[in-house]
Amino acid sequence: MRLLRAILLRLATSAVTLAGVAVIVFVVIRVVPGDPVSMMLPPGATDDDIARLRAFYGLDRSIPAQFLIWAGGVLQGDFGTSITNRQPVLDLVLGRLPATLELSVLALGLAVLMGGVAALTGTRLRGTRTEAAIDVANGMALSVPDFLWGLVLVLLFGVIFPVFNISGRVTPSLDLPFTTNFYLLESILRLRPDLVADLLSHMILPALALAIPLAAIIGQLLKQSLKETMHLDYVTLARTRGYGENHVILREALPNAILPTLTLVGVQFTFLIGGTVIIERLFSYEGLGNLAIDAVINRDLPLIQGIVILFAVIFTAVNLIVDLACVALNPRLRHG
Amino acid sequence: MSFLVVRGLSARLKGDGARLLRGVGLSVAPGEVRGLVGESGAGKSMIGKAVLGILPQAVEVTGGEILLDGTDLLTLPPGERRRRVGAACALIPQDPLTALNPARRIGPQITGRLVDILGWDRARARTRAEEALAETHLPDPERIMRAYPHQLSGGQRQRCLIASAFVAGPRLIVADEPTTALDVTVQKQILRLIAEMQARHGTALLFVTHDLGVVSKVCQSLTVLYAGMVVEDTGVRSFFRAPAHPYSAALLAATPRYTDPGGSLTPVPEAVLAAVRAEVAARDAAAEGARHG
Repeated sequence: MRLLRAILLRLATSAVTLAGVAVIVFVVIRVVPGDPVSMMLPPGATDDDIARLRAFYGLDRSIPAQFLIWAGGVLQGDFGTSITNRQPVLDLVLGRLPATLELSVLALGLAVLMGGVAALTGTRLRGTRTEAAIDVANGMALSVPDFLWGLVLVLLFGVIFPVFNISGRVTPSLDLPFTTNFYLLESILRLRPDLVADLLSHMILPALALAIPLAAIIGQLLKQSLKETMHLDYVTLARTRGYGENHVILREALPNAILPTLTLVGVQFTFLIGGTVIIERLFSYEGLGNLAIDAVINRDLPLIQGIVILFAVIFTAVNLIVDLACVALNPRLRHG
Repeated sequence: MSFLVVRGLSARLKGDGARLLRGVGLSVAPGEVRGLVGESGAGKSMIGKAVLGILPQAVEVTGGEILLDGTDLLTLPPGERRRRVGAACALIPQDPLTALNPARRIGPQITGRLVDILGWDRARARTRAEEALAETHLPDPERIMRAYPHQLSGGQRQRCLIASAFVAGPRLIVADEPTTALDVTVQKQILRLIAEMQARHGTALLFVTHDLGVVSKVCQSLTVLYAGMVVEDTGVRSFFRAPAHPYSAALLAATPRYTDPGGSLTPVPEAVLAAVRAEVAARDAAAEGARHG
């Protein structure tokens, strides 16, 4: 019951957050210089043409009036129509969302895997050269941002050793039986290893670029907490019971050391999703991020608004999931 | 025949080479409770840790032997040593609040050794663990097995740790200041419980403490340490009647007495300290001489 109440409270505060995000985005993109109408008309259009087009998109009204019209639509599930694509914003955004979700989750999985292995190996071999090497690799991974990793990976595995695809989401000439936009998930469910291989070959480099900095953060923090935990009395006591190093690390230390890491992963995962904007552009990956850049370049106001709101919803959801996971993993929170 | 025999055990810090143990010798027979006393830093906990193989990484053993049932632990490969110690020995730790894993239920923390190290089946391990909890007078052992550490009081947790120490029928238990972190009323009960469990199982018990009052209640023999050197090794009765070494006598005189709460505390006299320090220096010089000679 307490958990349910906590969730409801979180949902209510999230709604307030989203409303705030909506107001800020709406105002900011209208106040900054550059307007969609001047982008659409050829040079030499008359003031009359401009005024008519502005009126057509409702841009001649005051910002509060525009906001009320837009917000009224949003509450009924209508996010407006994209100015450049002339399609409903909601359809466009939801069509691209699966591609970005699949990429982000794959990147998160890779990051947890790489960071976890680094932390556990470093703890198991603490005090050796391997630990020092892991620390150096962590530092490097951490100090280079994701888009630079993207370029490095393109150079390494796209140009010098061309083993992976560096552009797009899937090879278009393949027979694509998809009914949803969750291509990877659907190929797995349809048991089509050929498609899974092709999709992964496209996704692996952008996912790695996103994952490497996060893996370094996970590796560093988890190793630090493991190291602290390894000195605690219950770990020493487990040793006197005859347990070896592997058991002591995995069964005694890890369940406790993982909690601070989990909270951080939640925060960092939202940064990772933010990172998809540039990485998707770099790899011409047809996701939300790529769409967002097009929308900004074209001053497609309704589309920008829709994308930002969707990102805000995702961030809120991720935070909620992380909080719930912490409760699930920490008996002190679970049994008051 | 003593179950644990320590001979000439020396240890030092890896960094500056500071001596921590100076040729310590002691023995504990089955059913015997031996007190190990000394000031903070005298190396009393260090001996218990060396026996159990949990010395800090910065400490290295430089000589001597630790015979467990006649086998020198220091010559065994690490895995073999761990299993042997895990099967035959147990530790009752100092602080019950930090010695239980907060992320795991009590049950698996007690049965783990039986199942994983001794190869019992789960049902039998469970029954034995509940029995051990009942031996420590904890009500409703089944509920305790399901509880997480934070749901129990300090005294209850120490009882769980005592049950865990005795669960596999160990032949040697090291109790490292097991009552220091508890409040006085609980201290007494826990002390009585340890003595009771030890007597029931006929375990050899090495009782590390700085409290001579505790020694007089539970121990039969004791070893007095100063700066990692054995100053006196004697029976409890003869010790409290007439300590042989001036340092032991001064330590005994320095113990506050409940019978005289207004009395002032007597520190160990400087002359006695100087004498015992000279002994330590002579021991070190002899060790150096033996090494180079």
